[in-house]
Amino acid sequence: MTIGLGHYLAVGAILFTLGILGIFLNRKNIIVILMSIELILLAVNVNLVAFSTFLGDIVGQVFALLVLTVAAAEAAIGLAILVVYFRNRGSIAVEDVNLMKG
Amino acid sequence: MILPALFFYLFAGVCVASAVMVIVSRNPVHSVLYLILAFVNASGLFVLMGAEFLAMILIVVYVGAVAVLFLFVIMMLDVDFLELREGFIEYLPVGLVIGGIFLFELLLTVGFWVINPGVAKTITAAIPTNVSNTEALGLVLYTKYIHYFQLSGMVLLVAMIGAIVLTLRHKASVKRQDINVQNARTPEIAMAIRKVTPGQGLQDSDAAEWVK
Repeated sequence: MTIGLGHYLAVGAILFTLGILGIFLNRKNIIVILMSIELILLAVNVNLVAFSTFLGDIVGQVFALLVLTVAAAEAAIGLAILVVYFRNRGSIAVEDVNLMKG
Repeated sequence: MILPALFFYLFAGVCVASAVMVIVSRNPVHSVLYLILAFVNASGLFVLMGAEFLAMILIVVYVGAVAVLFLFVIMMLDVDFLELREGFIEYLPVGLVIGGIFLFELLLTVGFWVINPGVAKTITAAIPTNVSNTEALGLVLYTKYIHYFQLSGMVLLVAMIGAIVLTLRHKASVKRQDINVQNARTPEIAMAIRKVTPGQGLQDSDAAEWVK
């Protein structure tokens, strides 16, 4: 009944897959797509921390911290772009994003 | 011995279940709330793994900042989210197929591997046993990885400036104080002296010039 590295990696794999699935299912809703990306980054962090713990190397946690930073920056920039886009077009539907098509 | 296993399955189960709810929820506000639940449970998993500092950072950064930012944006944008859900069923089969392939491959990889016995020699910075997790992290983060630390600070600075620049706007209808314009005013451009003829008052032409 001991919980090993494989258990945590399985949780990470499932979370990652759910993130991918979320991008496919909510193709029209960019907010949920951004949330799915957050889920993917969370799965990556679970993997990094699991390996860090079970190999006894703290660098994995340092790297997880950096991933956290980038995830926060990405969410801020993504939502800012979303707000500007909504202000200009009055919609956030993904298929309407075709201004650069020429 | 059974308690950590019990808590692992609790945290992992709730985390995966709320991740499912994030992607299938009808209302994006519910999605964000389930995202918060997923993050809280993931931080529980981090505590179980002995990474307490990262667990607390996960709650502070994700629940405190990112999820609230999502909530704020969803409530600020006046969008018909039901309309955005069209095609959900239509995308379900291809999404399930691709997700299934992905999960199958990942679990295959996770299921059939062993750690190289020589990996113990390649460890960069072993976890010290006599200090807390926070101190251990700080001991390497501020010495060996100081450049990465500063670089991540730079990333956050750029993100902050970028978000402000993107969302800042000046409405023409809103009057703002401009110190330079105020200081540049002289009596000559700000005042006008008119001779008012008794019984006639100020003429319209004078008033127009005054306004100008």
